[in-house]
Amino acid sequence: MNKTVNPNELTSDDDNGPLYVAQKKVYPQSISGTFRRIKWGLMAFCLGVYYFLPFVRWNRGLGAPSQAVLIDLPNSRFYFFFIELWPQEIYYFTGLLIVAAVALFLMNSVGGRIWCGYLCPQTVWTDLFYAVERFVEGDRRERMRKDKSGGGLTLRRVSEIAFKHAIWLMIAWWTGGAWVLYFNDAPTLVKELLTFQAPMIAYIWIGILTATTYLLAGFMREQVCTYMCPWPRIQAALTDEWALNVTYRYDRGEKRTSVKKAAELRALGQPVGDCVDCYQCVAVCPTGIDIRNGPQLECIQCGLCIDACDNVMTKIGRPKRLIGYDNDINIQRRQEGKAPIYRIVRARTVAYSAIIAAVGGIMLYVLATRTLLDINVLHDRNPVAVKLSDGSIRNAYTVRLLNKSGYDRVVAIDADGPVNLTTHVVGVDSVTPDRPMIVIPRDSTSELRLLVTAPADSNPEKSIPVRIHVTDIGLGEVATTTDNFVAP
Amino acid sequence: MTDHHGEFDSVTGKSTTGHEWDGIKELNTPLPRWWVISFYLTIVWAIGYWIVYPAWPLIASNTTGLFGYSSRADVAVELANLEKIRGEKMAALGAASLADIEKDPALLALARAKGKTVFGDNCAPCHGSGGAGAKGFPNLNDDDWLWGGTLDQIMQTIQFGARSGHAKTHEGQMLAFGKDGVLKPDEIVTVANYVRSLSGLPTRKGFDAAKGEKIFADNCVACHGDGGKGNPELGAPNLTDKIWLYGSDEATLVETISQGRAGVMPAWEGRLDPSTIKAMAVYVHSLGGGK
Ligand code: SF4
Ligand code: SF4
Repeated sequence: MNKTVNPNELTSDDDNGPLYVAQKKVYPQSISGTFRRIKWGLMAFCLGVYYFLPFVRWNRGLGAPSQAVLIDLPNSRFYFFFIELWPQEIYYFTGLLIVAAVALFLMNSVGGRIWCGYLCPQTVWTDLFYAVERFVEGDRRERMRKDKSGGGLTLRRVSEIAFKHAIWLMIAWWTGGAWVLYFNDAPTLVKELLTFQAPMIAYIWIGILTATTYLLAGFMREQVCTYMCPWPRIQAALTDEWALNVTYRYDRGEKRTSVKKAAELRALGQPVGDCVDCYQCVAVCPTGIDIRNGPQLECIQCGLCIDACDNVMTKIGRPKRLIGYDNDINIQRRQEGKAPIYRIVRARTVAYSAIIAAVGGIMLYVLATRTLLDINVLHDRNPVAVKLSDGSIRNAYTVRLLNKSGYDRVVAIDADGPVNLTTHVVGVDSVTPDRPMIVIPRDSTSELRLLVTAPADSNPEKSIPVRIHVTDIGLGEVATTTDNFVAP
Repeated sequence: MTDHHGEFDSVTGKSTTGHEWDGIKELNTPLPRWWVISFYLTIVWAIGYWIVYPAWPLIASNTTGLFGYSSRADVAVELANLEKIRGEKMAALGAASLADIEKDPALLALARAKGKTVFGDNCAPCHGSGGAGAKGFPNLNDDDWLWGGTLDQIMQTIQFGARSGHAKTHEGQMLAFGKDGVLKPDEIVTVANYVRSLSGLPTRKGFDAAKGEKIFADNCVACHGDGGKGNPELGAPNLTDKIWLYGSDEATLVETISQGRAGVMPAWEGRLDPSTIKAMAVYVHSLGGGK
């Protein structure tokens, strides 16, 4: 295996085996350093948010759920702190998805697969499971030794394995458990779950997510990234020569030699690389690759090999970042003996940022101007217009009134247009001739049949615009919609 | 590098599987084993599916599966449940009075929804899917009613029909004054013009209003009433308004007076259950024409 590989001649070394390859078990070694610290921090943050967010309370008043983040499927509501969304407002999610996608593009153009290395759930949970494994079974060497001594299933070893899987299953179970808490009042559901009173569907979902977490983070690990995830393929098409990627600076590292030999050669003033071929970067890699072979599909850009090599470089008294975040342009420039350049502000990143800002701005604007009283109108098509016995003309509309507030409202409906119009709501006695009054209970919708009549002498043209208003009698809040009034 | 297939690709440095199509050779890029195992598991799963679920067609039927499950039976159960739920709601509808239904938003919504589907199934062929009517078939969205437009009157018309043969049906028809030789052709034209004048429509030049009025008084007032205001008891239309069931032009009126009219509305009692008829009455009333 000890061969030097020029990254321009990428070859796969073992393609002569059978058609199907067994998963090679990876034993990542523990490591400390800058990127490891960033990863711990992000892991704590992400998991903390995921596991505890359902328990955050938010007072919305009587009758409304007091959970800060809640997806209320039976009542078709989504609550996010001060935001409450109705099914009619599903376009917020479109905006959110656009922002999420473009943010991923932006991350990618700045730092390659930073999503994969630091934030992807698969990475985060796998990292956590590895930490558990290390805690129970020991570090890389120990684990390798234990696995190799095949027949040596001592009681100690068996209990160790059982302990590891027990912790894994607990984490997996909590992962599934936290998931269902987003769909129901968390404290209530926890109580129900513990007393086996919870709905069957909750147990089913916990089961599914426990199984997938356990399987994906405990066993599939890097296989998910290499074989199952489409993102490595897509991001390759999105990345450019400016994007920072974890790179082995082979121009500085080659020729590899031992520490002793390097010192000797250096003393003689002979050219020598900084890489001492210690394999630390390979030992820590969670996908089990050798970054010195150049950029690879399997690399999730987690930066752990940077930490490993930095530690080695510090020890042997050479400058850090033999492996570091670097871009294609600098590989080229260093070869030509030029200084490296980094540019984060580029057309691409500016464009992505602008899109995020624009979509985010629109969403904020819509959110800020969101009304708690709304009216949707559908003009009857069959017939579009009716002539009454006195010659006046009437159009009928199906009106949906939305009261998104936490209190009951008394509203009046009226219509205006180029001609004098009167309104009547079926089943409702008007208080004044043209202002039928309706009660809409809080947090609900009412569907009504609205009849709008133009007098016989008004002679409306074939089609005139009509504005239909719904007015909260108490608060004076008005919602308006426009439609057409048609003559027969 | 050794290669047990005896083929080697010099560009990629990989061995090939030995398969070749039109000079293109397949590189040996191994699949991970778990992937292959998953593939076999799906096959096993599929076989399990055949056994557990109804799957194989036989000559006259099909295999019933291990537990006798079928999605069709599932649907039947769900439909039965739905009927049960609806049954309770429909009972509430049956118990409430017509006026109370219109006052209660929930019952009104239920009656309108139910009425709309039943209307579509039974009434739409004549009255149109939105109740817009057609020549000879009244528009149910306007405010002109042959047999009365209150909730009770509409319900009665739906229940027993008009000239339907039902014992309690509405009776009365427009006589054929021409065909039966009661009026002469020129008298018919005169009275037709008179009728047009009642609702403010223009009349023919040289038309004798006094003669028209006399013919009308002698022949028509009995049903259509003084001044032609109509009579819902007899289904005699109001001739002074702007709504005409068969048309208001002179030719149509002459035809109506000569041939008579006797449109039939079938009776729905016995064909639809009482609460359905109630729902339909509320629906028709709420279309906009009810009084
Ligand atoms: S090569 Fe380095 S950055 Fe890439 S996955 Fe391995 S440890 Fe992480
Ligand atoms: S950790 Fe650094 S010095 Fe050691 S093998 Fe990797 S690149 Fe070379």
